[in-house]
Amino acid sequence: MFAIIAELSRWAIPVLLLVVPLIAAIRGVKVYETFVEGAEEGFSTAVKTIPYLVAMLVAISIFRASGAMEVLVVMISPFLNAVGLPAEVLPHAIMRPLSGGAALGIASDVIKTYGPDSFLGRLVSTMQGSCDTTFYVLTLYFGSVGIKKYRYSVITGLVADLTTLTASVFLVSTLF
Amino acid sequence: MVNFVWLGMIVFGILVAAVNGNIEVVTKAALDGADHAVKISISLIAIITFWLGIMKLAEEAGLVRALAWIMRPVMNFIFPSVPKDHPAMGAIIMNLSVNILGLGNAATPMGLIAMRELQKLNRGQDTASDAMCTFLALNTSCMTLIPTTIIGIRLFYGSTDPTGIVGPTIMATAFSMTVALVTDRILRLVYSRGGR
Repeated sequence: MFAIIAELSRWAIPVLLLVVPLIAAIRGVKVYETFVEGAEEGFSTAVKTIPYLVAMLVAISIFRASGAMEVLVVMISPFLNAVGLPAEVLPHAIMRPLSGGAALGIASDVIKTYGPDSFLGRLVSTMQGSCDTTFYVLTLYFGSVGIKKYRYSVITGLVADLTTLTASVFLVSTLF
Repeated sequence: MVNFVWLGMIVFGILVAAVNGNIEVVTKAALDGADHAVKISISLIAIITFWLGIMKLAEEAGLVRALAWIMRPVMNFIFPSVPKDHPAMGAIIMNLSVNILGLGNAATPMGLIAMRELQKLNRGQDTASDAMCTFLALNTSCMTLIPTTIIGIRLFYGSTDPTGIVGPTIMATAFSMTVALVTDRILRLVYSRGGR
């Protein structure tokens, strides 16, 4: 099963790159001109995200470098212990929605210290694989179209992250 | 909410740095963060330009609309505010499919295209629309079939079962995607009544 999925994801993009221009050409689209016309907006779209990403990453960077994260871990660990989340993976749980790179670093560290096939190793692997960098995605996606008011999407994102966290703990302790 | 989180991280960060007596890290951290942000945006220019070109081809060839048409029943239920067969639907489907396959590089540009299409439908220029909130709820909680990076790390540290976490990952993400959709529905009702 896993092999099939792995093959599928290996082939997906090359097949897409073959099929899309071919079908376009068959349907009479001037492929080169159309590609360039579409690609023209690439620069402005990417540059438009700069102010939003700067705002978010500056805040995250200060939060991380100052040691505030460690303080937060101590403050909220009683709550997350109630869900059954071990203290060793708590820094990962807090960093995951904020910074993909930092979370990956913490996950690697846990895997290195406790071993990839230990309970903690498997748990942090599942957490890393199943959560997304919610704040980065929101900032980037909304920023690219100039949305400043996110309404309730931050809450939805955090609820989803908390759900994944709880589900990971439950699944890893049940399955292994 | 985002204002609160943003201010909270900065104020809390600076206070902790001051109490710990290492206030000098704040300035460097701020500038490092800004530098990192600009680098990310710049690195996005290449993949966004490339995928915008491909997506324009897919659009002109009618493929995006065809995709939207195939998935119509599901998509109309999830995104009631987006007109049937709108290109936004096609872009959303492509973004989610690529996300599920764990191809993050292609997922971002397709997601940004979906956002651009949704923004065309959104009259309140700088406020997120219902459809945008639903899309991002799906996107951030998205089901993952293969968490490529972490499998690599497990392998590197000598795991005897590097792909063993695939099962729990699929189950956890499928569950959180469902919860995200339900939460989004509930909050949509709450916020439309609250008039915020």
